[in-house]
Amino acid sequence: MNRREFTAAMLAAGAAIPLGITRAAGQTKGGTLNTIIQPEPPVLVTAFNQQQPTLTLGGKIYESLLKYGADLKPMPGMAQSWEISPDGLTYTFKLFPGITFHDGKPMTSEDVVFSCMKVLTETHPRARQNFARVASAEAPDPLTVVFKLKQPFAPFLGCFDCTSAPIVPKHIYEGTEFRKNPMNDKAIGTGPFKLKEWVRGSHVHLVRHDGYYRKDEPYLDEIIYRIIPDGASRALALENGTVQLVQWSDVEFFDVQRFKSQKNLEFTTKGYEYFAPHQWLEMNNRVAPMNDKRFRQAIMHLIDRDAMNKRIYFGNAKVATGPISSKTRFYDGKVKRYEFSIEKATALLDEMGLKPGANGKRTELKYLVPPYGEVYQRAGEFFRQSFSKAGIDLVLVGTDMAGWAEKVGNWDYEMTQNLLYQLGDPALGVARTYISSNIKKGILFSNTQGYSNPEVDRLFEEAALALDEAKRQELYSKVQQILVEDVPVAWTLELEYPIIYDKAFKNIVTSGIGSHETFGSVYKS
Amino acid sequence: MTGTRSAARIALLIVTWAMRLVAVILVIATFNFVLVRAAPGDPAMVMAGQSGGADPKILDDLRKEYGLDKPYLVQLATHLGRVLTLDLGYSYRQRRPVLDLILERLPATLLLTLTAFCLALLIGTTLGALAGLAAGSIVDTLFTVLSLLLYATPVFWLGLMLVLVFSVTLGWLPPFGYETINAKMTAIERVFDIAKHMIMPVMSLAAIYLAIYARLMRSSIIEVSHQDFIKTARAKGLAPARIVVGHMLRNALVPVVTVAGMQAGALVGGAVVIETVFAWPGLGRLTFEAVLQRDYPVLLGIFLILSIIVIALNLVTDLIYRLIDPRMTTEAA
Repeated sequence: MNRREFTAAMLAAGAAIPLGITRAAGQTKGGTLNTIIQPEPPVLVTAFNQQQPTLTLGGKIYESLLKYGADLKPMPGMAQSWEISPDGLTYTFKLFPGITFHDGKPMTSEDVVFSCMKVLTETHPRARQNFARVASAEAPDPLTVVFKLKQPFAPFLGCFDCTSAPIVPKHIYEGTEFRKNPMNDKAIGTGPFKLKEWVRGSHVHLVRHDGYYRKDEPYLDEIIYRIIPDGASRALALENGTVQLVQWSDVEFFDVQRFKSQKNLEFTTKGYEYFAPHQWLEMNNRVAPMNDKRFRQAIMHLIDRDAMNKRIYFGNAKVATGPISSKTRFYDGKVKRYEFSIEKATALLDEMGLKPGANGKRTELKYLVPPYGEVYQRAGEFFRQSFSKAGIDLVLVGTDMAGWAEKVGNWDYEMTQNLLYQLGDPALGVARTYISSNIKKGILFSNTQGYSNPEVDRLFEEAALALDEAKRQELYSKVQQILVEDVPVAWTLELEYPIIYDKAFKNIVTSGIGSHETFGSVYKS
Repeated sequence: MTGTRSAARIALLIVTWAMRLVAVILVIATFNFVLVRAAPGDPAMVMAGQSGGADPKILDDLRKEYGLDKPYLVQLATHLGRVLTLDLGYSYRQRRPVLDLILERLPATLLLTLTAFCLALLIGTTLGALAGLAAGSIVDTLFTVLSLLLYATPVFWLGLMLVLVFSVTLGWLPPFGYETINAKMTAIERVFDIAKHMIMPVMSLAAIYLAIYARLMRSSIIEVSHQDFIKTARAKGLAPARIVVGHMLRNALVPVVTVAGMQAGALVGGAVVIETVFAWPGLGRLTFEAVLQRDYPVLLGIFLILSIIVIALNLVTDLIYRLIDPRMTTEAA
C-alpha cells in the first residue's frame, strides 16, 4: 500500500467510523407508532385521572422529576440531579435547563412546587398522601426545588414518577378550578409529545414537541393511540400490523401465547417492575368463617397457584409468596409456604369445627366477580372448582364496575379478587392494604378486608420512617412473616403483563415504568 | 268566521299536542332518573377507584361537585328543571357538556343505524314479498331458512365472523374503525373510505332486522293474498303486477311499518354491540361506557335524546300509515 492508498483508506475509515456509530445507534428520526389505548381515558391530564390508560397516554405528555429503572433506582427525569440531607428531611432537586411546556412557556421550579403542593394535593389521591408529609416546598431559583419533610419518609424519592407527580403549568391552572379548567382539553405538558387531535371514540393523535429539552428527542414524528374496545379486534389489529405495540391487558392472556411466535414481534414482560401488579383472593375478614385465620390458611392450601398460572394466565405470571412482590424492594421469600394440599386444608377446616354437612358441604360463600375482563370470570370458576374439593361451595356473583366498586368499598362482599400496584416500595404500595388506619368504609383499594394487627401497623410505620436500608429490610421481613401466617388475603399471582411490539421499533422498554414512559427515545429502525 | 274557528281549533290541537309532549318527556325523564339511580354504584367511588386509591376528602369533593351530596328529590327536581330548559348538564367523567358529547357521537350512530335500517327494510320487505308471492315454492323455503338463520345469529358473532372472512382471510375490508386515521384524502376519497368501513357493521346490524321484516312481510303478503278485495281485483281482470303493487303490497306493508317504527329505537341497542366490535365511535359505545361509569348526566342525556327520537319516529309512523292506507285518516277523523 502506497502513501496515497493509505491516506485514502484512512479517510474512508474516518468517514465510516461516524457512520458506523450512527448505524449502531440507529436512532433515525421520523416515523409513526400506532398503538392501542383501552378503555378510552376520560381526560388526558394525569394530575386529574390516574386510570391506567390515562397514565400510559399521559406519560408521553406529562413528565415528573424522576424515572425509575428496572432495579427501581431513581433516574433523571426533569431533574438532572438530587440531594438528600443527612437527616433525611430535605430533598433538593436540580432541574434540566431549557424545559418548556407545549405552549412554549418555560417550565421552572415554581411549576413543580405549584403542581405538587396545590394541584396534586387536591386532585390526586396517592400524591395527596405523599405530599401531606411535606412541611414546605420552595423554589429558590428557577432550576432548584427544595422539599422539607415533617419527618423522615424513606421512600420519598419514589414519589416522583410521571404517574405519581405529573407537573402541570402554573400559568394555566393558578387561580382556576383545576378540574374544570377549559385548557384540560389541550393537555399542556412538557413531554416529548403533544396533543394534536382527540377524536373521541376513535383515536388520540400525538405529535413531536419540537421544543423538547433532551437532545435529538423525540425521534418519532407521531404516536397514534387507537381506541379499540373489543379484545378480539385488538388482537387482530396487532396481528395484521394495524398497530405496532400493545401493553397491559390490551391483549387477553389467552391470546398472548400466539403472539410470542409471530416473527415480526418482540415480546417482553419487562417494564412493569415499578408497578409489580400483585393479585390476591380477597376475603372479608369480618364475616364468618373468614374471620378465623385457620379458614384463610385452608384457602391458601386449596389454591393450586401453579395450575392457576398455567390454565388461567397461560404462564404470564409468577406465584406470589406473600404481600410483597418479588419485584418490589424488601421482598423476602423466606416465609411460610402454603403448598397445594386438600388434606392440609380439610384438617384446618375440621380443626376449626367447620365439618361437612349431610350434603358434603361445609359452607357456602359468595364470590363477587371483578368486572375487569374474561380472565377474572375464569379465575372465579377456578376457585369454585378448587374449593369444592374441600366442601366449600362458591357461588359466583356477577356485577359491573360501579357495582363491584360500591360493594367492595362498602365491605358488602364475602370474597372477591383484587389487584394492586406496589409502586416500588412497600410503604407506597403495600402497607395501604394491611394497616388498620386504612380501614375506611367507602374507600376502594384501602384495607377493605378489615384486617387489623397492631404489630403489623407498628412495623409498617417504623419501616416507612427508617432511613437505614438494612433496618428497613429487617422490619419488612418481619411483617411479611406475620402477614403470611395471618393470611389477611390469599395471595395468588404476580401478574406479568406483556409488552408486544414490532421489532422495527427500538427502546420501547427503557425503565421500570415501561409503557408509561415518555417514549422520547423510541425510534423506528 | 268558520276560518277563524278552524284556525283556533288547529292552534288548540297544537297546544294540546305540545303540552302532551312536554308531559310525556317529563314522565320519561323522571322514569329514566329513577331507573338509572336504582342501579347500585357511586360515580365518585368508580372514579376514585380507577385511580388505584382514594381519599375521603377527594370523594367528598367529587360528590359535592356532582351534586350527589344533595337529597334525592332535590337531585330529581334539578334534573327535571334542566330537562325543561334543554340543559343536559355536564359529564362527571369526561368533564364536558353532555350535549357536546352526544352531538359528537350522534352522526356516526345515525349513519350506521339509518343505513342498516333502510337496508334491512328494503331488502327484508322485498325478500319477504317475493317469498310470500311464491309461498310453498323452493324460493320461499330458501328465503324462510335464510331469514331464520339471520334471525337466530347473534349480532356480535356475525360481526366477528365477517371480520374473519373479509378482513383476516380476504383482506378486502378494514376490520374496524370509522375511517382511515391520519390519511390525507380528498372529500370523495373520504366518502368511499367511510363507506368501506361501514360495510361490515351495517351488514351485522341489518341482518336481524332484515330477517324480521322478511318474515313479517311474507306472512302479511300471504294473509292479504287471501282477502276478498284481491279476489275481486283478479276477477276484474287486473294485471297481476298491478294487483301486487297497488293492492297487496300497500296493505301488507302496514304491519311492517308498525314493527319498523317500534324497532327503529331498538336499533341503537344493537348499535352498542356493533360499535364495540367494530370500534365505531358512536352513541352506543358512549352509552355503554356511561352505564359502566355511572355517568348519570350522560346516561340521562342520551336517554332523553333517544326518547325524543322515538316519539318523533312514532309520529312519522302515524303519518306513513295515513299515506299507505287512506282509510286510517278517515277513521281517525
